Amino acid sequence: MIRQRAELLSSLRRFFSDRDILEVETPLLCSSGITDPSIEPLLVSSGGALSQPRFLQTSPEYAMKRMLAAHGQPIFQVARAFRDGEAGSRHNPEFSLLEWYRPGFGHHELMQEVAELVQACVGPRPVEKYSYRQLFLEHLDVDPHTATSAELEALARRHLDPGNLAGERDLWLDLLMSHLLEPRLGDGTFCFVYDYPVSQAALAQVVNADGVSVGQRFELYVDGVELANGYCELTDAAEQRQRFERDNALRLERGQQERPVDEYLLAALAHGLPSCSGVALGVDRLLMLMTGTSRIQDVLAFDWTRC
Amino acid sequence: MANYSTSEFRSGMKVMLDGDPCNILENEFVKPGKGQAFNRVKLRNLKTGRQWERTFKSGETLEGADVMDRVMEYLYNDSEFWYFMEPDTFEQYQADAAAVGDSYLWLKENEKCDVTLYNGTPLSVAPPNFVELEIVETDPGLKGDTATGGTKPAKLTTGAVVKVPLFISTGEVIRVDTRTGEYQNRASKS
Repeated sequence: MIRQRAELLSSLRRFFSDRDILEVETPLLCSSGITDPSIEPLLVSSGGALSQPRFLQTSPEYAMKRMLAAHGQPIFQVARAFRDGEAGSRHNPEFSLLEWYRPGFGHHELMQEVAELVQACVGPRPVEKYSYRQLFLEHLDVDPHTATSAELEALARRHLDPGNLAGERDLWLDLLMSHLLEPRLGDGTFCFVYDYPVSQAALAQVVNADGVSVGQRFELYVDGVELANGYCELTDAAEQRQRFERDNALRLERGQQERPVDEYLLAALAHGLPSCSGVALGVDRLLMLMTGTSRIQDVLAFDWTRC
Repeated sequence: MANYSTSEFRSGMKVMLDGDPCNILENEFVKPGKGQAFNRVKLRNLKTGRQWERTFKSGETLEGADVMDRVMEYLYNDSEFWYFMEPDTFEQYQADAAAVGDSYLWLKENEKCDVTLYNGTPLSVAPPNFVELEIVETDPGLKGDTATGGTKPAKLTTGAVVKVPLFISTGEVIRVDTRTGEYQNRASKS
């Protein structure tokens, strides 16, 4: 396994150097965390160098965008990321992310490149692409952009037993997606899902497609496993600030702690981020796929419980 | 009882759900990278035996169930209850028909079995995998017929009816697999 990981890392580096994409490193400990209500960072809270607690990065996204704003070149990074509370057969609280950015690319062009990279690692498979809407319409006969929360909940309860689960539209969409759709995606293929509901756009550009606003975000699924998440990146500093504030409002509503907003990132966006697309891919999950295991513990030298 | 959070759920853990004690069989953490986290949990209701899957929001908690598995000796039954004794303390427990279920077919006096206690009362009873029981009624044995492979029903002391080879006769003791209700072999007379 350690040999397979080493070979994967060197082939990833070769893939990027062949395309003149620069490898970069960014700090793991940052003074602001992420506002996304569904991601919890870990905090390092004591030490002489710390005037206040710092967050272990949940992804290198903000720092890499600052680099893009400064230099405008395509860049990639293989980084450790940390997410509190994420442990299971596909999650380890500390994990490896491969993240890269392509100035001038739209999200469909980047999907193409992601497919090429994954193909180089696990061999050829057909590529499928579905919009989020298409996926829900085809498999569940419901329009995820227009269905009410009650309709989505009723649908979920027809197929699953969510007990006394309660929440807003996105909770039911996430439940349907993760329980009913995801397990069927990418069966022998590379399956891209794109154009997400605006409420799930995160850091993606929002555009109008077929009469609804969608976030230009995409995900890659292979054999029922989520492997990568990408965006046609939001470049508007004011809009980004509003989304951070909306995240924090949602956090308070859900009884979570508010997170400081990353002013460095906002300053970089204000300075000017080139229009670009970026993607983060789970390296451990890619290795799981290449070695045919369904447990992330099998591809880690020392998993969370043993370090 | 203590409360357990979804991240602590382990296979074999006993929890209270919708008022019934349940056994956790599997716990899968499900989380889209940019979405909400769930735990997809496979459970068995220990009262009804029903097995199903329930989804929880990650971080939700359930109260532990006061459920214990004990090895006990089966003593006897009256018209209403079956009585069991804990061999170390000699403490006796009475189990009703709902707890005993079909296990009564394989309960032999003074034999050890697994009794699951819920709040101190038997919730279910599992007989040993194999028991030796005497036949009280079967068609006369065909002496020497060990080759034809035919079978006939035989009634045991507990009331259970099992298929036995034709050469077995009333009064003999046989060994039965309680999980399948199948005849295994002839046992020496007890």
